[in-house]
Amino acid sequence: MLHVGLTHFLVISIALFSLGLYAVVTRKNAVMVLMGIELILNSANINFIAFSKFGNFGLQGQLIALFVIVLAAAEAAVALAIVLNIYKTLANINVDEIDSLRD
Amino acid sequence: MTESSLINIAVTILFLPILGFIVTLLLGKKVKKIYYFENIILFFSLAGAGILAYTKLSLFHDTAITAEFTWINLGNTPLLGEIKINLGIMIDNIAALMILVVMLVSFLVHIFSIEYMRGDPRYNRYFAYLGLFTFSMAGIVLTHNILMMYMFWELVGVSSYLLIGFWFEKKSAADAGKKAFIVNRIGDVGMFIGILMLFTTYHTFTFDEIFAQISNGVLPFNSGFWMTVTGLLIFAGAIGKSAQFPLHVWLPDAMEGPTPVSALIHAATMVAAGVYLVIRVFGIMTSDALVVIATIGALSAFIPATIALTQNDIKKVLAYSTISQLGYMIMALGVGAFQFAFFHLITHAFFKAGLFLGSGSVITSMHHEQDIRQMGGLRKKMPITYYTMLIYSLAISGIPLTSGFLSKDGILAGSYAFGLLTGNSFFAIVGFFVALLTAFYMFRLMILTFHGEPRNKEKYEHAKESKLVMTLPLAVLAILSIFIWYTPNPFNPEQGWLLSKGINTHEQYIPDNTRFDFLTPAKEPVIQNEESASVMYSESYEEAIQESHIPTMLLSLLMAGLGILIAFVFYQWKKINVDKLVDRFNPLYKFSLNKWYFDELYDATAVKGTIGLSSFLGKFDSKIIDGIVNGVATFTRGFSSFIGKFDNIVIDGIVNFTAYLSGFIGLIFRRFQTGKVQTYLVFVLISVVILLFIFNSF
Amino acid sequence: MHSVPYLSLITFLPILGMIIVLALPKTQGRAIKSLTLLITGIQVIIAIILLINYDYSLGGIFEQSSFQFVEKWRWIDIDGFSWLGKIKVDYFLGIDGISTPLLLLTAIVTFIATLSSWNINKSIKGYFALFLLLDTGMMGVFVALDFFLFYIFWELMLLPMYFLIGVWGGPRREYAAIKFFLYTLLGSVFILIVMIGLYFSTQETLADGTRVFTFNILAMMDTNNFTPNGILSPLNPNNLRFIAYIALFAGFAIKIPMFPFHTWLPDAHVEAPTPISVILAGVLLKMGTYGILRISYPVFPEITKQLIWYIALFGMINIIYGALCAMAQRDFKKMIAYSSVSHMGYVLLGMASMNTLGISGAVLQMFNHGTITAMLFLIVGVLYDRTHTRDMDAFGGIAVQMPVYTGVVTVAFFAAIGLPSLSGFISEAFVFLGAFAVDLIRVLTVISISGILLGAAYMLWALQRVYLGKLNEKWASLKDLTFREYAMFIPLALIIIFLGVYPSPMLDLMNSSVNSMVKFMADAQVIYSSFGGF
Repeated sequence: MLHVGLTHFLVISIALFSLGLYAVVTRKNAVMVLMGIELILNSANINFIAFSKFGNFGLQGQLIALFVIVLAAAEAAVALAIVLNIYKTLANINVDEIDSLRD
Repeated sequence: MTESSLINIAVTILFLPILGFIVTLLLGKKVKKIYYFENIILFFSLAGAGILAYTKLSLFHDTAITAEFTWINLGNTPLLGEIKINLGIMIDNIAALMILVVMLVSFLVHIFSIEYMRGDPRYNRYFAYLGLFTFSMAGIVLTHNILMMYMFWELVGVSSYLLIGFWFEKKSAADAGKKAFIVNRIGDVGMFIGILMLFTTYHTFTFDEIFAQISNGVLPFNSGFWMTVTGLLIFAGAIGKSAQFPLHVWLPDAMEGPTPVSALIHAATMVAAGVYLVIRVFGIMTSDALVVIATIGALSAFIPATIALTQNDIKKVLAYSTISQLGYMIMALGVGAFQFAFFHLITHAFFKAGLFLGSGSVITSMHHEQDIRQMGGLRKKMPITYYTMLIYSLAISGIPLTSGFLSKDGILAGSYAFGLLTGNSFFAIVGFFVALLTAFYMFRLMILTFHGEPRNKEKYEHAKESKLVMTLPLAVLAILSIFIWYTPNPFNPEQGWLLSKGINTHEQYIPDNTRFDFLTPAKEPVIQNEESASVMYSESYEEAIQESHIPTMLLSLLMAGLGILIAFVFYQWKKINVDKLVDRFNPLYKFSLNKWYFDELYDATAVKGTIGLSSFLGKFDSKIIDGIVNGVATFTRGFSSFIGKFDNIVIDGIVNFTAYLSGFIGLIFRRFQTGKVQTYLVFVLISVVILLFIFNSF
Repeated sequence: MHSVPYLSLITFLPILGMIIVLALPKTQGRAIKSLTLLITGIQVIIAIILLINYDYSLGGIFEQSSFQFVEKWRWIDIDGFSWLGKIKVDYFLGIDGISTPLLLLTAIVTFIATLSSWNINKSIKGYFALFLLLDTGMMGVFVALDFFLFYIFWELMLLPMYFLIGVWGGPRREYAAIKFFLYTLLGSVFILIVMIGLYFSTQETLADGTRVFTFNILAMMDTNNFTPNGILSPLNPNNLRFIAYIALFAGFAIKIPMFPFHTWLPDAHVEAPTPISVILAGVLLKMGTYGILRISYPVFPEITKQLIWYIALFGMINIIYGALCAMAQRDFKKMIAYSSVSHMGYVLLGMASMNTLGISGAVLQMFNHGTITAMLFLIVGVLYDRTHTRDMDAFGGIAVQMPVYTGVVTVAFFAAIGLPSLSGFISEAFVFLGAFAVDLIRVLTVISISGILLGAAYMLWALQRVYLGKLNEKWASLKDLTFREYAMFIPLALIIIFLGVYPSPMLDLMNSSVNSMVKFMADAQVIYSSFGGF
């Protein structure tokens, strides 16, 4: 029986982080980018919980993960509102073409 | 008649002419006949001078009358002590006689001028200037101090300047006036330095006080040498004013002035002021100074006499003869024949004024022709002018029965005696030779003008005798040129009132070791002469004079006769062809005709030198001094523009470079700023990776 | 203390006039001119009142008690900066026998210059406002006894002068104005430095017993007032008084103007309008020599005494060099300007004599030169107004056309030559008498006397070129003097003749002061000489 250790958690976390990052960097659709961010956040959550379980931290990790989930929800709401507004003003949610930050 | 009323008369005589000057000048434009005022004033001055001279010589013979007031009083000063400048007048016998001569000649010239100057556009101004001159001349004569003498000395210079340049439209006249003033100033500079030396030593300008201190042995810088120098510096004023060598060049040019002016100023009075000055300060002249004075006098007698031989302008001949005669007087002073110098001054004043006025009469009748080669035969047309001028010519040549014989003979005797006493017979030789020359050129002038055939027929036809106002002064002056006014014995002036009573001989005040032995009086006066204030000469001098009396008279007669004879041989009888003689001695003739090239010499040296120096300094000033100033300015401007450039390029360049550099860096980094969040994220990733590597390596 | 503050009145009356002039509308040219004439006229009257009430026996120079019409009160009183000590500047006016003649001269010359300004037509308001400001500056210099105040007036006069030359001048006015301005400013800088140095070396005791630094010129003359280690204190062995003296002298010498600092003068004169030339030559030049007499001499007596040979030398150079340069000029005005250089040399020579005759002569020469040269510049102005040229060779025979004018010219020229019976002679004679009495400078004096010969030469040459000879047909329609021009010339001519015939009033006026100056200078002791280092 394979003992599920910290490493396994971390590997999943890394995979999830990488997938999220990939999505953030490569996706053109802003919504997809947001989803990528959610993945990254969740990979962090896994890390928190994993370290909390295997380390001597009590329940701090789990607590922070809960915070992150709440925060992610709020963040998603705000971000979607922004995306909606961007769409309203620019009629476009393709992040490649939205470069008004440059100016 | 008291002393104070005499002073009052003197003051009145002095100030009347200046009143005439002011009134005539101010009203000259408005009142046509204002010149009468000047003439009347002069008449009163003359009358006053007559009374003054008579009273002084008869009632106050032995004392000099002085009156003074404090002009400037600086009180007791810290370094120089008491400083007080007094002005005042002194009437001694010499001054009284001199003022009479001045007023008489001045009055006659005024009268003469009424006709001579008629029709001139500045008629009244002419008389005003004459008034100014008479005032200034009277000031010189009557002063009791040397400062006031210097002041009036300059004032006669100005009146002379104004009168020489009276016809200033003529450039030559304006030039001559300027030349006269400036050449006179050269002498005056010397005189002024002399005055400074006197004042610095004696703290007073008054003659009597200076003499008193010299008698007490106070000398400038405590040395006889500086006494000599002081005397000679004062004498420099006389060299200028009396047109002595080497400052004689202004007088011939001064003939540009109206002829009566030449008679008054440049023959009779102003030019004699130099002689008068030396007479005034004779008491301070050391033996060395006297020898220099005599030498200057001898040269001034000789050189112009040789020039006068060949001149063709009637006035120029007379001008050179004036210098020559003044040279006689100066020489007489130099050899100690003090009273004869003054005697000759008086007689010369009359006959030379007469000669000039006579020449004026000729010039008017010849319609302003002055060249004697254009004249001739005028004797018949102008008898009065001719005969009066003949008398003057005889007088100046020293022919017996004239006044000139008496005075000139005295001078020659004096120089003869000087030769006997000192062994230096140079002055006597020059004196006699000049007597010959004088007689020759005067009779050359007379013969060419009045004798023979008229050489310019046209002008001759129009010539006629002058009016009475012009001939009357001539006659008066001719009468005054006869011996009888001065002495009853035509061969011995010593018996006359003028020498025995009129001229009181001065003492010399300087220490015994600086003066000639013969000017040292014997302890017991040789000739007890009650009238004269003091006796000047030693016994040996009196003997020498006695001894030289007869030979001098014979020799001078011989010389004068010879001169006249040669003139007649040359010009009247034409026994010798003058033109041939001129060809034979052409260089000498040219030398004399061109006045020994003095004008050219001075022009080439002093005048050119000064003007050259001045234009050099003018350029130096505008180019170098101002150039330095402008150079400093230009340098400052250049430097500032360099600093400006430096500031612009280097300092500001550094600033700009910084900005440029940041701009350049910005340009590079701008590339990274795409505005795409994803790109940024990639950079973040890359950076994190790099940082990981870096931190890992620690 | 006099009840009426005459000196403040005479000094600041023009400022009042200036304010009124500025308030008047531009179009009222006549009113402006009349007002200025009135103001300057009142100044002449005040000057005469001063003369009448003047006590001839008081010497002045170094003691306040013998100055007259003194006004003194605290003006600036700063007590905040501990490192500076107290700054106290007095408003201190007073006159003595040296400033009174110059005050009178300033009043007269300014009045005449106002008359001469009558035909100024370019921005009248500005001209007369500046003119009056200049007037205040000049008056102030001659009455101030506090160095700080003196310096303020000194500078005050500079600016209006700059504009008066630079705006109302001739074709090269900007060049001339800036040259004048910079040159005199350079001098001012020297004066300023020395002033500050003296300030920090001199202390006077206040009523409450405290000792403060002071600008009081009279305090600077008393060795007791110097601090032991002040940089310019004679009590300090390492003092720099010699350098300070040279700097101060140079500052004043520029104004005189002394060779070789004189080249601003011809340019400024040539370009300045006639009335400004008159003031420039008549009054401004005197400030240099006045400053030397008022400040350099009594503040640095021990150094002055050791330098008299050099002062006389520069006097001699001025006399002869100025005369020779004048001879070389073709421009009439430039010639007169150089004659000023020459005549100011007499002042220097007289001052170098350090005796009563010489210094009296110098002060008298300042006054006489002021009147004579004012007349000379007016003469040039009259001719320039009519012909618009100053080239002497372009004239000739003016005497035929303008006889009265030529008469005036003759008086002025002969006065400048130093003809006895005109005022120039007296002062020159005094200068020479004084200088000749001093062994050290006797040779220089004798050389200087040739100046009277050169003076006659260039003056008569000019007289001949311009006035004598045949009338140049170009000028056949010239008119003789107008009434206004008579009014300018006659007072000056009368002064010149009066002082020539009877100079005593002027000499008496200055006699006590000159004597006390001479005595003060003679008594001065050297404590530490600063020559050692040089």
